[in-house]
Amino acid sequence: MLSPSDMATLWLTFKVASISTLLMLLLGTPLAWWLARTRSRWKGFCNALVAMPLVLPPTVLGFYLLILMGPNGVIGQLTGKLGLGTLPFTFSGLIVASVLYSMPFVVQPLQASFSAIGRQPLEAAATLRASPLDTFFSVVLPLAKPGFLTATILGFTHTVGEFGVVLMVGGNIPGVTRVVSVQIYNHVEALEYPQAHWLAGGLLVFSFTVLLILYSVLKTQPSSQPFK
Amino acid sequence: MTAGAINARFQLDYGSFKLEADLSLPGSGISVLFGDSGSGKTSLLRCMAGLERPQRGFFGINGNVWQDSDKNLFVPTHRRSLGYVFQDANLFPHLNVSENLQFGLKRLAKQLGNGAILHPVIDLLGIAHLLERMPDRLSGGERQRVAIARALVLNPAILLMDEPLASLDLKRKQEVLPFLLKLQQEFNIPIVYVTHSRQEVMQLADFLVVLENGAVQASGSLPDMLTRLDLPLAQDKEAASVWQGKVTGYDNEFQLSNVEFNGVSLSLPNIEAAMDTRVRVQIHARDVSLTLEEPNQTSILNVLPAMITGLADDHSGHTFVRLACGQETLLAHITRKSAQLLGLHKGKPVFAQIKGTSLLH
Repeated sequence: MLSPSDMATLWLTFKVASISTLLMLLLGTPLAWWLARTRSRWKGFCNALVAMPLVLPPTVLGFYLLILMGPNGVIGQLTGKLGLGTLPFTFSGLIVASVLYSMPFVVQPLQASFSAIGRQPLEAAATLRASPLDTFFSVVLPLAKPGFLTATILGFTHTVGEFGVVLMVGGNIPGVTRVVSVQIYNHVEALEYPQAHWLAGGLLVFSFTVLLILYSVLKTQPSSQPFK
Repeated sequence: MTAGAINARFQLDYGSFKLEADLSLPGSGISVLFGDSGSGKTSLLRCMAGLERPQRGFFGINGNVWQDSDKNLFVPTHRRSLGYVFQDANLFPHLNVSENLQFGLKRLAKQLGNGAILHPVIDLLGIAHLLERMPDRLSGGERQRVAIARALVLNPAILLMDEPLASLDLKRKQEVLPFLLKLQQEFNIPIVYVTHSRQEVMQLADFLVVLENGAVQASGSLPDMLTRLDLPLAQDKEAASVWQGKVTGYDNEFQLSNVEFNGVSLSLPNIEAAMDTRVRVQIHARDVSLTLEEPNQTSILNVLPAMITGLADDHSGHTFVRLACGQETLLAHITRKSAQLLGLHKGKPVFAQIKGTSLLH
């Protein structure tokens, strides 16, 4: 069964995934809105940047984050001056890395559902006295609900499943940065296969169940696919 | 600034499409923007609403200025007292009919009090039984009626309608049209109405603006515009004059109504309108023939003394004649040969025989 240290990694994983998902929704929503609406020539650049983690090996992203956030990196110097210390091998560093790594899984479904709404409902709202901000909350958010559902679930589950970035940026510190995927690795390294099975199997069932629910819910709304 | 109560000047340049308009519209009644697709009529309407922001522009309505690019003034759409009806209704799909109607009202609650005209509007458009429905459970005609109601309940200073009937089949059109007419009679809100349909122009317009290739070709009152020989409207096969009058008598024996127009009256069959009702009658130019002497033995009931005020040739054997009958203007299409045989010229008195009319409403 699960040992106390397994339980600690589960709890930590849940914390990292929840906080990251919340941050990704907060940052990703305006970003996705901008990407869906803008005609700026920076759109392609930003789209490519956001999608990078989809194709890069996680170790590459983790490696550069490690350098940037380290004592000699740009971010590291900034956080140092602000009295925050350096971020690698801390819980905050893990969150930053997670947010960057899983961002496309939040931004892309949001962007797709914002684009699908089109400008028509926005114009109708404007002719009915709703300001742009008001329109966003009263029209865009309700119409983009399937997009938000997809973004939340994909963002959360993807963060739960991350390994490479965590290992590079967070390391393997119990209670601080040791999440489930790292713990499974530890168990396997130590040839503790039964313990590895419990965690790995659990993660497998968890991911499948969540995605099954997601796709069943979305089936009733054919216009909103998780990916474009 | 010109005399009209609604002044619009816009210069819009999208590269492949340019709009350049300078217009004055009356501050009441239905002004129709008429033109083919690509003529710029919808763009013009969108400029009025502030949905497009032209590089240069001025828009003022009854003393309120919503745009003046010279003074760098642009009131965003949501701060303009307007109602806008989109071609395809554009109801919010996540809200039911009642919530759609309430959407604007909620945001205007302070100015409007308790939405005093909500119920009259619901009654006028006959949508009381639809309030709980979601938009996807409505027919096209019902959807459009809800969209009109949604715009109207805000009691706006102006109602802008972008081909509200275009997406409807003939039957649905006939279902919505009477509401538009009633709307004009019961709420005194100026309406700017975009259409490419002659029929809607005839039925609805008080004032007509003809657009072509992003420019205003001509504008004026409907009776004037229909009988201006330099415009394609008067040269069309379907060319007609429109007269507005009042029912002043009914002959039971022959089932004929007497309708009084400006300085001239007609006996018309098949008018199911009560005394004193205002009616609008269409007289096709092809249904009007001319004689020099008053015929005393003819089956044609309505023979009117008239004066020729204009003549034009279409270079394919037809002559278009504009006539003054009382203070009304009448249009006749005859052959060029007849025109020559009768020796027609401007200022000549003739008799116009009206073979048929149709009641528009």
